[in-house]
Amino acid sequence: MSPFRLLTVIKKEFLHIRRDPIYLTLLLILPSFILILYGYALNFDVKHLPLAVVDYDQSQYSRQVVEKVTASEYFDLKYNLKDSREIDPLLNLDLIRLAIVIPVDFSRTILAGRTPEIQIIIDGSNSSSASTGLGYLNAILQQYTIGLNLSFMERAGLSGESLPLENRSRVWYNPELKSSKFLVPGLMAFILMIIIVLATSLSIVREKEKGTMEQLLLSPLRPPELILGKIIPYLILSLIGAHLVLLTGWLLFGVAIKGNYFLLLLILLLFLFCGLSQGLLISAVANSQQVAFMMAGLSTLLPTFVLSGFVFPIQNMPHLIQLVTYIIPARYFLVGLRSIILKGVGIKAFYADVLFLMSYALIMSLISWRRLSQSLSR
Amino acid sequence: MESAVIVENLTRKFGHFVAVDHISFSIPRGQVFGFLGANGAGKSTTIRMLCGLLKPTSGQAIVAGYDIYHQSEEIKKVIGYMSQKFSLYRDLKVKENLEFFARVYGLDNKKFKSRVAELEEKIGLSGKEELITGKLPVGWRQRLALACAILHQPEIIFLDEPTGGVDPLARRQFWDLIYDLSSEGKTIFVTTHYLDEAEYCQEIKIMHAGRIIAEGSPAQIKKRYFPEKLFELVTAEPLRIYNWLKEQPEIEQISLFGKKLHLLISSDQVKQIQERWNGLGIGRFDLRPIVPTLEDVFIRRLEEAGGEKGK
Repeated sequence: MSPFRLLTVIKKEFLHIRRDPIYLTLLLILPSFILILYGYALNFDVKHLPLAVVDYDQSQYSRQVVEKVTASEYFDLKYNLKDSREIDPLLNLDLIRLAIVIPVDFSRTILAGRTPEIQIIIDGSNSSSASTGLGYLNAILQQYTIGLNLSFMERAGLSGESLPLENRSRVWYNPELKSSKFLVPGLMAFILMIIIVLATSLSIVREKEKGTMEQLLLSPLRPPELILGKIIPYLILSLIGAHLVLLTGWLLFGVAIKGNYFLLLLILLLFLFCGLSQGLLISAVANSQQVAFMMAGLSTLLPTFVLSGFVFPIQNMPHLIQLVTYIIPARYFLVGLRSIILKGVGIKAFYADVLFLMSYALIMSLISWRRLSQSLSR
Repeated sequence: MESAVIVENLTRKFGHFVAVDHISFSIPRGQVFGFLGANGAGKSTTIRMLCGLLKPTSGQAIVAGYDIYHQSEEIKKVIGYMSQKFSLYRDLKVKENLEFFARVYGLDNKKFKSRVAELEEKIGLSGKEELITGKLPVGWRQRLALACAILHQPEIIFLDEPTGGVDPLARRQFWDLIYDLSSEGKTIFVTTHYLDEAEYCQEIKIMHAGRIIAEGSPAQIKKRYFPEKLFELVTAEPLRIYNWLKEQPEIEQISLFGKKLHLLISSDQVKQIQERWNGLGIGRFDLRPIVPTLEDVFIRRLEEAGGEKGK
C-alpha cells in the first residue's frame, strides 16, 4: 500500500464532497436538523390534556376535586358541562381527551362515610397517552382521598401519624422525566447510522455506476488504498456531524455530557466503524446507486428505530425479537451513550456493551473488507 | 518484429453464452490495430480481458511481455485505457482530473507539470484547466480522457470505441492524435464499429459472434475476400434490378446501397448478364469495376459466417 496514492484518493474524495453542497449538507447539517425536528416532534411527555367536567353535585367537595385535577399541568379544563351526554360529541371531535363525571350524591356519600364514585371517560385511541394520563389522574385522586381521610380522622380525634405508608419517589438522571433527554442519545445513534451507511455505500457505488471504478481498477491503485481512501473522509465528516448533534442536543435540549468525553469518543468511533463496514458491504453487492440507497435505508432505518431500544424498551419485546436486537450495533451504542451522557457513569457499568460493539465493528469490517476487495479485484 | 500483444485461443464465456471464442492474434509494437465488429461481437470483452478487468475462461495472452493471469499489476503500469463510457470525474475540474490520475500513476510534481503542459498543447486543452469536466463538449471530454490515459506514457494504449457519440470533425481530430501517438512508437489497440474508421488502422480484425472472421490490413482484407471483381451498378430503379439480378446464376453476391448495387461477378460474365437484361427491353444499366470498401467485406464475411453456422 502506498500512502501517496491513499492521500490522492482522500484528496479526490474531499473534492467531490466540496463540489456537491448537497452531500456536505447531508453529512454535516442534516443530522442536527433531524435532531431538532425529531427532538421537538417525538415527545412522549403527556401534558395539557384537554379535559371536560360534568359536576352534577356542585358541592364544596366536588369543586375541590376539579380544582386538584386542573391545578396540575397535566390537564387543562376546557369544558364545564351540564349533562354527561355532551361528552360523546366532544370526544368524537377530539376536542377533549378525557372527561370526569361527578355524580349528584358525591358529597352526600362522603359525609355519610361511604366510598363515593367518580366516572372517568378517556379517549383510548392513543393508548400510550391515555394510560399515562389515567395514571396521573389516579395519583391525583388518590392523594385527594388520603387528604380527605386524614382530615376526617383528625376531626374524629385521631392523629394523622398512623398513616400506613407514604412513598417519596425521586427520579434520577432525568428528574423532570423529560423525554427529550431520553431521546437525544437515541436519535444520535439513529441519524449517524443512516447517514454513514448511506454516504459510504453511495460514494463507492457511484463510481461503479459512472464507470470511473473501471478506470481506477485499471490504474496501479490497490483495493486497500481505494477502500481506505473512501472511508477516511467519511469517518472525519461523520465525526464532525456527530459533534454537531451533541452540540445541538446540549444547546436546544439541555442534554450535556455528564461522563467522560473520551469514553464517548471511543464508543462513537466503534459505532461509526460498524456503520462504515455496513456501507462497504452494501457497496460490494449493489451495482446502482438506487439499489444501494434502498439497501442502506432498509438495513438502517427500521432496525435502528425499532430494535435498538431507542424508542421501545428491549426487555418488553417478545423473546425472539430480543434475540434479533443483538445484531443491531445501535443497541450497544445506545446503552453506552445513555450511560455516559445521562448517567455520567464509567465504563464499568457498560463494559459488556463496549466489548460487543468492539467485536461487532471488528467482525463486520473484516467481512466487508474481504467482500469488497474481492468484488473490486475480480 | 517484437510483439506488443500475443493472444492464443483466448475464450470467455458468460454462462452458456460464448462472448469470445478461441481467438488468436498478435500485434507488433507501434502498430495501430483495429478491432471491428457490431455491438456484442466480443470486442470489448477481449479488451477487458487484455487489460486485466476480466478473467478469461481459457486461453493465453501476453501483454507488453507480461502474462495476463499472473502479472496484471505490471500490465496496469504500462498500459493506458480509455473506454467509450466516459470515465473521468464529471464534477471535478479538468486540472483536477489530470492531477488525480497523474498522482495515481505515481508522477511526481515536476514530471506531472511538464507532462501536463506537453499534453495540453498536443491535445488542445490549454486554457480549459479550470473548467468543470462535465461541462465540456463530448469531443473535448474524449480528448481529456485520452490525455488522462496516456499521462504515464504507457507502451500500449487500449481504446474501446473511443469516438462513440463524437461528431465527424472531432473524430478526425481524435484520429490525428492516435497517429501522433503511433508515430511516437506506442502500440494502439482500438475497437470501433465505424467502418470508415477502420480504414485508418494498419491492421484490422473483423469480429463476429466472438470469432475473428477477417484479418489483415484494409487493402489486404479487400483483396483476400474479393479475389473476384466487385462491380457497381447505378440505376434509377435499384429494387427492380436487384430482384432480377438476384435470380441470375452468375451473381455470387449482391447488396443494395441506396441507388447503387454492388455485385460480385467474374469479369467474363458481365457481358452475358448485360445482354440478357437488354434482351428484356426494359432499359439499360452499366457496370463498372470498383475497389470494395470494408463495408463490402464486412457484409460478405457476415453472410458467409452466417452460412457456415447454418450448415
